[in-house]
Amino acid sequence: MQIGTGHYLVLSTALLLIGTLGVLTRRNIVIILMSIELILNAVNLNLIAFSRHYGHVTGQIFAIFVITAAVAEAAVGLGILIALFRNKGTVLADEIDLLKW
Amino acid sequence: MIDAIFFYSFALMTLAGAVLTITRRSAVHSAIWLIVSLLGVAGLYLLMHAEFLFATQIVLYIGGIMVLFLFVIMLVNLDEAAKESQFNKQWPLALACAVAVGAEILFILAKGSKAFPLPAPAANLDTVGNTEAIAISLFSDYLLPFEVASILLLVAIVGSVVMAKKRI
Repeated sequence: MQIGTGHYLVLSTALLLIGTLGVLTRRNIVIILMSIELILNAVNLNLIAFSRHYGHVTGQIFAIFVITAAVAEAAVGLGILIALFRNKGTVLADEIDLLKW
Repeated sequence: MIDAIFFYSFALMTLAGAVLTITRRSAVHSAIWLIVSLLGVAGLYLLMHAEFLFATQIVLYIGGIMVLFLFVIMLVNLDEAAKESQFNKQWPLALACAVAVGAEILFILAKGSKAFPLPAPAANLDTVGNTEAIAISLFSDYLLPFEVASILLLVAIVGSVVMAKKRI
């Protein structure tokens, strides 16, 4: 059986949806950040599947840039999490409601 | 045939790891399952002949980002958070939205092959190695984005140092 680009697209759709579900339903900010990593991995899988399909290396270059953005996002996000925990003493996303009224 | 076996085993590893990541109560368990999921994705990269991305995935994601995550999990006290309920009140709505988006994307994937025909897969034209091809493209066509990415990383370093300061 031949594994084509479509197989990879369906897999990356499933990974994207699992990540989205994690972002939308979890209360713990650490796990929300992990779900964002899952979403970015789904994007990379898509980019590399099309890079393979077209026989062109550009998709892999863009995947490298996506990984760079993911590293920056994780570093800043976890820094914000530490600052938040020092000031509010909680890591649950729905207890941080200063801007709500 | 051997391709299919590897694809389905790596896909199972990726999806099972992802599902367990978002359902575990303890954040450390979530991080370990996320590592399993990222390893599955790395295997898929290898299957797609993206060897450089495979190495980058292992070194940067599993070696870098996951160590950062585990470090922060140890630094921040998550014991109280683990005792509370792990899902917020809107989870049925979120599940419905995710299912709707998934149905939409799968519908397009199933039906759209006629509306948006892809060209036939290109033959493997790697006369040079994968890493060499990436390097040639990255340092000639994408030199400016490469330099901008270094500025992005500098901003991230400064931002995380400022955020982790004692008084903010």
